[in-house]
Amino acid sequence: MSRLPTVSANMVWAVLGLIAAVVMVVQKLYIALAVFALLILAIAATRRTVRGRAFTDRLKLPVLALLSAFLVGGIVLILSDLEFYSKLSANPLGTLEASFGRVVVAYWELLKGAFGDIPKISTALASGDRNKIGIAFRPMSETLLATTPLILTGLGVAIAFRSGVFNIGAEGQLKIGAVFGAWVGIWIPLPFPFGLILAIAAGVLGGALWAFIPGILKAKTGAHEVITTIMLNAIAQQIMLALLLTPILRPEGSTTPISWPILEASQLPLLLALPKLRVHWGLILALVAAVGTSWLMFRTTRGFEFRAAGLNPRAAGYAGMRAGRTIVLAMTVSGALAGLAGAVEVLGTNRYLSPGISPGYGWDAISIALLGGTRPLGVVIAAFLFGALRAGGQGMALATGVPIDLLGFISALVIMFVAAPRLVRELYRVRISSAAPQTPKVVETPV
Amino acid sequence: MSTRLLALGASAAIVFAACGGGASAAPTTAPTSAASAAASGTPAPSAAAAFKACLVTDTGGLGDKGFNDNALKGLQDAKKAGYATEIKNLESKKDADYTSNIDALVADNCQSITTVGFNMGDATKAGAAANKDVAFSIVDNAYDPPIANVTGIVFATEQAGMLAGYLAAGVSATGKIGTYGGLPIPPVTAFMDGLWAGIKYYNQENGKNVTLLGYDPSKPKGGVLATAGNPWGDTDFGNQQANAFFQEGVDIVVPVAGGTGIGSFTAAKQAQAAGKKVYAIGVDTDQYITAPGFESVILTSIQKIIDKAVADTIHLAQQGTKGGTNYVGTLANGGVGIAPFHNLANLVPAALQTGLDALKGKISAGTVKVADYLK
Repeated sequence: MSRLPTVSANMVWAVLGLIAAVVMVVQKLYIALAVFALLILAIAATRRTVRGRAFTDRLKLPVLALLSAFLVGGIVLILSDLEFYSKLSANPLGTLEASFGRVVVAYWELLKGAFGDIPKISTALASGDRNKIGIAFRPMSETLLATTPLILTGLGVAIAFRSGVFNIGAEGQLKIGAVFGAWVGIWIPLPFPFGLILAIAAGVLGGALWAFIPGILKAKTGAHEVITTIMLNAIAQQIMLALLLTPILRPEGSTTPISWPILEASQLPLLLALPKLRVHWGLILALVAAVGTSWLMFRTTRGFEFRAAGLNPRAAGYAGMRAGRTIVLAMTVSGALAGLAGAVEVLGTNRYLSPGISPGYGWDAISIALLGGTRPLGVVIAAFLFGALRAGGQGMALATGVPIDLLGFISALVIMFVAAPRLVRELYRVRISSAAPQTPKVVETPV
Repeated sequence: MSTRLLALGASAAIVFAACGGGASAAPTTAPTSAASAAASGTPAPSAAAAFKACLVTDTGGLGDKGFNDNALKGLQDAKKAGYATEIKNLESKKDADYTSNIDALVADNCQSITTVGFNMGDATKAGAAANKDVAFSIVDNAYDPPIANVTGIVFATEQAGMLAGYLAAGVSATGKIGTYGGLPIPPVTAFMDGLWAGIKYYNQENGKNVTLLGYDPSKPKGGVLATAGNPWGDTDFGNQQANAFFQEGVDIVVPVAGGTGIGSFTAAKQAQAAGKKVYAIGVDTDQYITAPGFESVILTSIQKIIDKAVADTIHLAQQGTKGGTNYVGTLANGGVGIAPFHNLANLVPAALQTGLDALKGKISAGTVKVADYLK
């Protein structure tokens, strides 16, 4: 690629800030935009230090990828409107304006659906009516609720990626974790919080076991973990379905694949005692897991071995680290986190198990790990973003009729742009350091 | 340098414009209070009061050509018929969405909310308890005891089953019809009671002796049943059972066991390839459409006509009936019926069609009752 003269990054941020300020003055915008401008100022401030600059440099790719995905998503939204073409020939300018407006409204409703409506929140707070406050904060609560399992599965996949193994099996590990957690939560009556702790532990164990299988297969026989984890996803799904059709999980004589409800003492309590707010302690568990993962990966010998294996398995082997053991351990920890996600969904969000437990949290996890640069903090942010997309889609569908499936499309585009840093580099003519570990090293691990 | 700035500037401008336009557009497109919602609703001709009807589909999702798609069609029909002035629908992607979608629709001031299927049974019950002024209805589910603001939408499938039994008896060359069920529960045996009654009615009318294998209404639990572990998805069983029926001379098989029935359709198709004239009758939806690939096999289907039922229930809600009872789809109100014969219309002679129409009229009028033909 040709080397163009570079502009200092500060200038780019300054221009962005300026545009934001002008637009805000002209349009009398909501606080959301002010927050955005503050964010830009904060970023500009961080660029004064070397560490801060390294941080914002890492943000460049995901942010630009996001921007591009929403742009393409908007174009698709316009082009997928069947009436667009006939109207276009009749009234080109008016139609383009209307279509553009449609995209704008859809994205605005998406934001409101994910984070709430500021005027609504302020009126609710002023009224002091608990019911109204609950309704006003519901979008944020739903976003955090969707974020919870995504943080956990995302962390699991990120650990595996960092250690040089591709765990594509988070979906299956989540389901086995959910089955284990549900079984303990249904059948073992212990006082709170022991019942809950045992059920969570069971979920973790289930996920860990399910990931141990591909780990040991890879270490002992060289079976490729991408193949084995995908196959184990299908098996996990069938195990869950089969158990849901037996009295092991559902009431005798039931004709529907829905388990007994989880015992009250084994449920994750809600975080806030307000109506409509479903966000529960699973979120705290997920954040603790993120801190724990960070500590494991960057502060312990084991984490160093994981990362060494991911960076260069040959060198790690030469340095005396046992590759086989690292693979098995990394997979097991990865699966334990996915299993925890399953347990948290069953014990906190749904309080029963049925086949609709996951809309693909294990698949989103791969995207989240990549978008988050396989770092725990990055994963938390990326999971929050995906959670916001999932929750905000409801508001968008409700207000504009744009199907929620558009968001699946946009999140896939985000990943394509993240996975193709060179494309983003060329499109926006910005420098993106290729040393940043944005994507896992695709290396065949010698065993 | 200039290109880079241009690209960044342009994309930033679009995003900011997007937010900006949204903010200024928001007050008109999304009123924040009920008062302004009513205000923006008034410009419409105020002949009928505004009524907002909403729908939550289950995780099977739209595009299933079955319950969810038909429920949405019912919602759209309700708007066309003027029962509702505004309609909204939300898709569920996971279990946790059921409660969330109901909450979102309540917050959006929906006056009637329809949910689809037993999966949403608990979420609908909880939503109804928390929002007593909203009229809920749930497709293919009912509560015992009934809930004051929920209408269970259920179907008198035995009435459509009786038509199918009459049709099968008239079409069958061997005089033997075969049926089996997923479980010996009323939602399943209702279909088979109908078949029995229809065949019996045909025999009395025409002095024939067509028989039904696999079910006897005097022993509803003693019929042929799919495997207990997987009653609704065991295609192997469906295949074997259909072949067993064909061995005994059956030429029309009626599987009442969900996905298991696909195995029987396959068996019939294979038998057709071997030169046998055998057919099948579908259940729940028009399986000619919902089970593509078996067009040569499916004579008709015993249908729950969800769209009609949903539109009717919305009409009831609009007129002030919030629930507390079941809506029963019958031949008379068009909530159940038999599907068109499609490719196999040539198997149904005009005389048989006349007989069918006459029977349909009698069941609708109540002069012929399924229960009277079960002895």
